[in-house]
Amino acid sequence: MNEAPATLIGTAIARPDAVDKVRGEARFVDDLAFPGMLHAAVVRSPHPHARILGIHAEAARSMPGVVVVLTAADVPGENIVHVIVDDQPALAADVVRYIGEPVALVAAETRRAARAAVDAVRVDYEPLPFVASPLAALEPDAPQVAVPSAAEGGNLFNRMVLVKGDVDGTFAVADVVVEGTYETGYQEHAYLETQGMIAVPDGLGAIAIYGSMQCPFYVQNAVAKVLGLPLAKVRVVAAATGGAFGGKEDVPSLLGSLAALLSSATRRPVKLVLDREEDVLTTSKRHPSRVFYRTAARADGTLLAIDVDIVLNAGAYQTLSSAVLWRSLVTAAGPYRVPNVRVVARSVATNTVPNGAFRGFGSPQVIFPHESQIDLVAERLGIDRVEIRRRNVLHSGDRTSTDHLVRDSVGIAETLDRAAELADWTARLERAATYNRASRETKRGVGVACVLYGVGLGGKAPFLDKAGATIKLEPDGSIAVAIGTVEIGQGLTTAVLQVAAEGLGVPIDRIHLSPVDTSRVPDSGPTVASRGTMMSALAVLDAAGRLRERIERVAKAHRIAKREIAQRLPEIARFFWLENFDPAVEGWASTEPVSWDPATGLGDVYPVYAYATHIAEVEVNVDTGEAHVVDYVAVHDSGRILNRVLASGQVEGGVAQGIGFALMETIEEKDGRLIVNGLTTYRLPTIRDVPLAAAVDFVEALFPAGPFGMKGIGEVPVMAAHAAVARAVAHATGRNPTRYPLDPPRIKSLLGEKP
Amino acid sequence: MNIRFAVNGREVSVETDAETRLLDVLREDLHLTGTKEGCGEGECGACTVLLDGLPVNSCLIPAPQVEGREVLTIEGLADGHRLHPLQAAFVEQGAVQCGFCTPGFVLSAYALLRSNSAPTDEEILTALEGNLCRCTGYGKIVSAVRTAAERMRESP
Repeated sequence: MNEAPATLIGTAIARPDAVDKVRGEARFVDDLAFPGMLHAAVVRSPHPHARILGIHAEAARSMPGVVVVLTAADVPGENIVHVIVDDQPALAADVVRYIGEPVALVAAETRRAARAAVDAVRVDYEPLPFVASPLAALEPDAPQVAVPSAAEGGNLFNRMVLVKGDVDGTFAVADVVVEGTYETGYQEHAYLETQGMIAVPDGLGAIAIYGSMQCPFYVQNAVAKVLGLPLAKVRVVAAATGGAFGGKEDVPSLLGSLAALLSSATRRPVKLVLDREEDVLTTSKRHPSRVFYRTAARADGTLLAIDVDIVLNAGAYQTLSSAVLWRSLVTAAGPYRVPNVRVVARSVATNTVPNGAFRGFGSPQVIFPHESQIDLVAERLGIDRVEIRRRNVLHSGDRTSTDHLVRDSVGIAETLDRAAELADWTARLERAATYNRASRETKRGVGVACVLYGVGLGGKAPFLDKAGATIKLEPDGSIAVAIGTVEIGQGLTTAVLQVAAEGLGVPIDRIHLSPVDTSRVPDSGPTVASRGTMMSALAVLDAAGRLRERIERVAKAHRIAKREIAQRLPEIARFFWLENFDPAVEGWASTEPVSWDPATGLGDVYPVYAYATHIAEVEVNVDTGEAHVVDYVAVHDSGRILNRVLASGQVEGGVAQGIGFALMETIEEKDGRLIVNGLTTYRLPTIRDVPLAAAVDFVEALFPAGPFGMKGIGEVPVMAAHAAVARAVAHATGRNPTRYPLDPPRIKSLLGEKP
Repeated sequence: MNIRFAVNGREVSVETDAETRLLDVLREDLHLTGTKEGCGEGECGACTVLLDGLPVNSCLIPAPQVEGREVLTIEGLADGHRLHPLQAAFVEQGAVQCGFCTPGFVLSAYALLRSNSAPTDEEILTALEGNLCRCTGYGKIVSAVRTAAERMRESP
């Protein structure tokens, strides 16, 4: 791909953005201010389902400091938050469909005045029958939640199928059949920085949006639509973003639209920053799920067939649910060869907050089942759990559940072998057994989980898998790079700089990468699906290759040898300037073709897959029901690792989130209301809940179409971690958990069940 | 009401009221935005500052309570362009991802190392258990604190 020797690739250079961050100088959205800036607050529905009879804002409008109160009637463009299906209004007009849905907006001179005015807006509602459970919402007499044009019928947003081979015939003759119904609940992203956006008049009738986000181009589209502006008049700039994990994929489109409406109405800058309670109660979460999973296998442990039924609770509007559901569907078989497959997946509208993207994107909900099921098969057959995986994982030349023939970069078997080696698997099992014979109060358990993750957006949205970049050689020999995917903490800036330096053959400290500004690069798709670094790196390499050619031409004309280019770049740049050569280059990347047949669910659904094997050891206190992760091994195949420290940081952070999902994180829902108020009632893993000495390693099955052979990593760690932990709890307790989180009450009730 | 106190070694005077939090005075009146609001309820530690040398959640401190006292924020830690050894260690060890929790962690660790130049791992965990991080999984943060402690002992 590139002639330059890959000396920087794989080097753990320190992230340049870390310096500003440790000094407290990185500018997050709430750290930004503009002259004349107003503060926004949102009037939200207290009902899960109600008709709006009237909105009385006169009292609020006359309060000190209040500049404007807006309702749906004031939306100048289309009252729609554009994500995938256009069913979600920016401001509810006639009907509210979940508690927390925006109904009106206030802009005031101070945040305090804005929030006080919210309480003074009186909205008359006629409560309507509501439904919060997806299974109840599918009943024929259920209240109609879904906007009819957004549903396949009733409250069924989407139904998708994957059918391959002869499932029923195989189950009839299989040596062993196991089944279970698995349930997962909400997971809140709990990025430490709550969501926020600032809309600023940008001159000549244009608007600029600054904020915390993953997808500036989504925000650009949403704001243009709601204001009725051409895209060229909407400029979106990503501020430093304090964690996202999928939570800042679609929600910023709504919040950016709300801030833009107020800015447009007042012709002043407007800041909308959610406080923690508002953020937890009103923004998207991981879809609660119920998955029925039946597995057929041969006596030697070979998987023969799966029959899976998936139901996701989508919440009141579609947002990203169809895409999330699709990933559940095509990931249901995991990283295993399964010749006969039937998966039916449904997403259902309920009167609850719309659920959306969360790291893993619909896959953890099927990974918990697929890893539990393969363990049950192993147990029934008396086969070791690593061994049964070894017999079933994909190798180059195999077909995935969607019949995708995978050839390149299939490293799952190596991750499994390496993880088993690092964990000293067999000896560890023996040690746990010895420990458990001697200990009554605490029991040790070891779990293993293998996962596959399709990198990028895949066959459901191939038009989004592209990215642009521009590289400009400044007259002093420094280099300015602009890309369209966002640094959200994952380390993309550093990795892309490494690739740029490598591609240009110049020292990395000559290169500056600026924050994403939609006016500087073409629509580069979202920063999701572990695609951000890979796609921008490809676009940068494309541009770098052509700029390098020009640089070499100019160098040659001035008798500067190739090996001197890096050192003498300022001179060369000066020649560009003096001789009027074009110093700017645009780069472009798009993924290899993918395919998906909605009728069968089959196709080459992703350009490539990343893989991982995790092994967790837990200690369970049988008296209190507490489970604690005491040791951990994680091995990933994400192709070439551009920067080991960044990559292991992604793994360790994902492991912590997986531990949270499996053991502690949940939100109860009652009558459509989420029973949570912030981080006091939503418990996150602390420094005491995670294994601080996790062994993290990589096997690098190179992806030929990736930059220097890399594929993505971001989502994969959390996907494997929760399952490894859950299966370790299963091993420690001798029970098969079927519901998250495995918190003390649930573990105690598990222990009360018959093994 | 008017309050006077010292921030990062500088005397300041601010017009405020009893409902305003120290966090708001720092961020809005003094434009010291390195102190972050993560939860506003004392759970996450992102707003940690040192009050008379001890770490506190500035979201829980009413502004009038700091009258006559000394506050250290993240902006007061580096020596001009030179990072404090803790800050340098956070950068080098990969202890920073999104960076939103970072100022709070650095200040909690700073308070620890001021009173204990050779903390055990257990003491590090105790000092940092009130700070939440959602990105790193904490391992590299602990490494950074260990590294900084070593370096500060070698060249105090």
